[in-house]
Amino acid sequence: MPVWQLLAVFVALILLTALTVLQASLGLGNLELILSLIIATIKASLVILFFMHMIHEKPLNAIIFLSSFVFVALFIGFTLMDAAGYRDSLEYQQIDSTPPPAVEHAE
Amino acid sequence: MSAVAESPTHSHSQVTENYLFNTKGFLSWALTLDHKRIGLMYLVGVMSSFLVGGLLALLIRAELFTPGELFLNNKQFNQVFTLHGAVMVFLFIIPSVPAALGNFLVPVMLGAKDVAFPRLNLCSFYLWVGGAIFFLCALFYTGLDTGWTFYTPYSSSSEFGTMGPVVWATMGVFILGFSSIFTGLNFIVTINTMRPPGMAWFKMPLFLWATYSTSIIQVLATPVLGITVLLLAAERVLKIGIFDPHLNGDPVTYQHFFWFYSHPAVYIMILPGMGIISELMSVHSHKSIFGYRFIAYSSVAIAIFGFLVWGHHMFTAGMAEVTTVVFSALTFSVSIPSAIKVFNWLATMYKGTVYLNTPMCYALNFLFLFTIGGLTGLWLGALSTDRALHDTYFVVAHFHYVMMGGTLVAFVGGLFHWWPKMTGKMFNDLWGKISCLLVFIGFNMTFLPQFVLGSRGMPRRYARYLEEFQVLHQISTAGAFVLGAGLFVALGVLIHSLMRGRRAPNNPWGAATLEWQCTSPPPFYNFASAPSVTDPYDYLPLKYISEEEGWVYISPTKSTDPQAHPEIAKS
Amino acid sequence: MSHEHTSAHGAGHHGDGHGGHGDHGHLPFLAHHFDDPEQQFDSGKLGIWIFLVTEVLFFSGMFCAYSLYRSRNPEVFMFASQFLNEALGAFNTCVLLFSSLTMAWGVRCAQLRQKNGLVLCLALTLGCAAIFLGVKAVEYTHKWDIGLLPAGSYLAQPEVPVHHEGLSPWLINLSIVPGILLVAFAVWLVITFVKGDKRMSEIAGTLLATAACYFLGVFVGLKFQEAEASSSAHAAHEISVEHDGDTGSHEAGVTADEHAQGQPAESATSESANDHVSGTTGTEAPLKEIEAHLVSLDAPKVVPGAPLDAMVNQKGGAGLFFSIYYCMTGVHALHIIGGMVVMVWLLVRATKDQFHEQYFGPVDYVGLYWHLVDLIWIYLFPLLYLIK
Repeated sequence: MPVWQLLAVFVALILLTALTVLQASLGLGNLELILSLIIATIKASLVILFFMHMIHEKPLNAIIFLSSFVFVALFIGFTLMDAAGYRDSLEYQQIDSTPPPAVEHAE
Repeated sequence: MSAVAESPTHSHSQVTENYLFNTKGFLSWALTLDHKRIGLMYLVGVMSSFLVGGLLALLIRAELFTPGELFLNNKQFNQVFTLHGAVMVFLFIIPSVPAALGNFLVPVMLGAKDVAFPRLNLCSFYLWVGGAIFFLCALFYTGLDTGWTFYTPYSSSSEFGTMGPVVWATMGVFILGFSSIFTGLNFIVTINTMRPPGMAWFKMPLFLWATYSTSIIQVLATPVLGITVLLLAAERVLKIGIFDPHLNGDPVTYQHFFWFYSHPAVYIMILPGMGIISELMSVHSHKSIFGYRFIAYSSVAIAIFGFLVWGHHMFTAGMAEVTTVVFSALTFSVSIPSAIKVFNWLATMYKGTVYLNTPMCYALNFLFLFTIGGLTGLWLGALSTDRALHDTYFVVAHFHYVMMGGTLVAFVGGLFHWWPKMTGKMFNDLWGKISCLLVFIGFNMTFLPQFVLGSRGMPRRYARYLEEFQVLHQISTAGAFVLGAGLFVALGVLIHSLMRGRRAPNNPWGAATLEWQCTSPPPFYNFASAPSVTDPYDYLPLKYISEEEGWVYISPTKSTDPQAHPEIAKS
Repeated sequence: MSHEHTSAHGAGHHGDGHGGHGDHGHLPFLAHHFDDPEQQFDSGKLGIWIFLVTEVLFFSGMFCAYSLYRSRNPEVFMFASQFLNEALGAFNTCVLLFSSLTMAWGVRCAQLRQKNGLVLCLALTLGCAAIFLGVKAVEYTHKWDIGLLPAGSYLAQPEVPVHHEGLSPWLINLSIVPGILLVAFAVWLVITFVKGDKRMSEIAGTLLATAACYFLGVFVGLKFQEAEASSSAHAAHEISVEHDGDTGSHEAGVTADEHAQGQPAESATSESANDHVSGTTGTEAPLKEIEAHLVSLDAPKVVPGAPLDAMVNQKGGAGLFFSIYYCMTGVHALHIIGGMVVMVWLLVRATKDQFHEQYFGPVDYVGLYWHLVDLIWIYLFPLLYLIK
């Protein structure tokens, strides 16, 4: 991997970091989350592709690594879907600053 | 590649060095990087854990002989069933086949000298030992009684102090998880990169396919268990509140986290067992396995589907309705690959030359018990029936049929099958079969009544019960002791063989996979040079030689050529 | 540290990889059970990628918890995220990105057998990691001082702050181990220098610099913190002045008229009075920040169906955010420390000139691990620091 490529990737990463800080200060509301995730994903892709040499990597290794994100999506997706489903039945409560009554401790 | 084309004169009567005795002394075992020795040490470890867990099971069954208190009070009963579950799951079933038999077999079946990372392999063994000791001490010393699942909010309640039993137990699980991950990682890399020339993916023995699928689950799911128990420990130590309803945390989330690992973990337990059965069925029927590709694919399919169905453990835990429906529907998809396997095993025996020796008896035992276990799973996967059956003895019976009737029986069968290879000794076949019969009778006596108990409403994890359940409970308890006796007979047969068993030939069963090409027990380096890869289920070139008391390749040159038997190569 | 084991067997793939079975004797780095260096390298590579998969899934649990609670109580996250120092987060991001660059460069050096370049790159990477930890220590201890703790210990009442002059005792405690290491490495450096062991003094020097970098990080962190403190004190001042004229500065989710019932003018004057004092006592300003937010959050939220605002700043609200914050960044920091340990091992091997065109696997594997740690931070930074 030539040095100029490493440096170019690094500069791009720094610029994207600046960009994500900048857009966060714009007060875009919900859009902010989406934008910062997109920027983070671009940064992550740069790191994976160039710093981690995935463009020169064997397809099998690339597939193995990327498939982990499929399972992460599965995990988070199902859990969030369920949590959204029973969300209305939850009571968000004010927690007293005193800890919950301490039952006798297991000796 | 003609080194393995053994003529009958190259017999086992020549004294060759083998991995058991090539070096001596405690350190040569404790610091060994040899996968076979590590596998053997794992075997001793998991069998000891099984002994502990099994004695605890007998304790539970004995206590349940009467409806009232016999010798355990409620608290002690909770502690005992927690210990039983935790020991059996984390210390026995999960490492049993992959770590013990897998470590021994994977490189030999591949014709390799060792696993890809021998030091990592030893490291994962010591992680297991360390984790096991830590875990057992924690459980015995602190008397944890949450059940092996550590469900919140009970486990996050203030009843367990800041550094209480939950923290110690979860740290033990964390360490054990790493052991499991490293084993899985090792096998994936080994199978991927160290197959010998000529062994394409679809020339691998099915046990390797099963191990490979298992390893995928171990690598993908176990880290989630790691973070789950870490968060649970942080819950106790730092009061992070993520799972604690006292702090607006969500205890149902804990169950999601837990079962995202623990449901796939069920397949970590059963898939290697299925792999063993695939080998046993084919070898002892002396017939090429029926539907090789389907069995191979179904292993991978089970591994993948296993990640989609964890919610069926939580139908009554407060999940959203839509999620329960989705998970229920997905659950049925797992039954397809499992059924494919069962049908293929049956078809393998059809018109085969079935040798009813001990391993085969255990394999048939497996087939019967696993089918019952699998089919009763459908009741529990169906939303409507699970509402009634959840947390009853029906569930207990179901998963014992699968875990014990499935994995354990397959494990014992596999142990008998590869015992001559591992130790170089033949066991007494008659007593082996007697043990199998006792296990079969005892097992069904123990757990069939529990289906009835459960469907009549007997809840699990209760120390006391109504008088009307007593008869069924007593049958179950009696069965448990028969089962225990059967397993002790099996243990006795194996130990007896070590002392009195006759020398095992290289290939006592007439199997065609590579591990039977090296001597029994194998030499330190397994193979002098890479062995010639043959179809793992082609039994035509094997002939029984009576002075060898085993099977020998008669026409090895023919079998190395895949074109020689195109119909088998394709199957 | 598993990859240490896995990577111990790595080998280069540019070499005479297809040499076959016979030439083991020529390749001291080739483990006995591999046929050729290529197989060894591929195995190590596959192994480390699978290990990274487990790492991704390991972190996924915390990301899951994060998304769950953020989707459930977005206003809590908006509120609590204000207490994270954005500038420090951005600085640390850049530090980690730079360390990734030096690590990638180090892999290149190893492939080209540039021994000195590799040692320098590893030293820079270690230094960046230490700076990162130093900054993190400042961030953590600052929060602990003002009671921004995990849910169970979260202090929702900021009017009972922990007053202290100068450095936080927490920070001093956290710096004990790096301090001891600093002294030990310095002594070691002197000894090796006297002995004239050039290789050892190279290692000792690098380690000394790494330990020093931790304190550099602490220093930078404190400077940033100070700057932030004075600027936010000004901001708080301005807000309280502004809303007399009803021109509240808009922050996402906080409507202008919330400021109307805002802070009484007295507090503003007392704050500006504090301003002069609080040049060094960095804890004061964020407290005012909390107060300002507490007041400004009295009004009903814009988010429909959300809990009452008074319930945001409590153990089960912002406290949960900080639980997640500490878990995610804490586990990440542990990975940084683990990475540093492995890098020291690489450093030792690099000074022995063990890596070359045919055998650079371990550097490559550790590099991959290090980039993954960076990768996770790339997501953590916007998700934790930049919620507006």
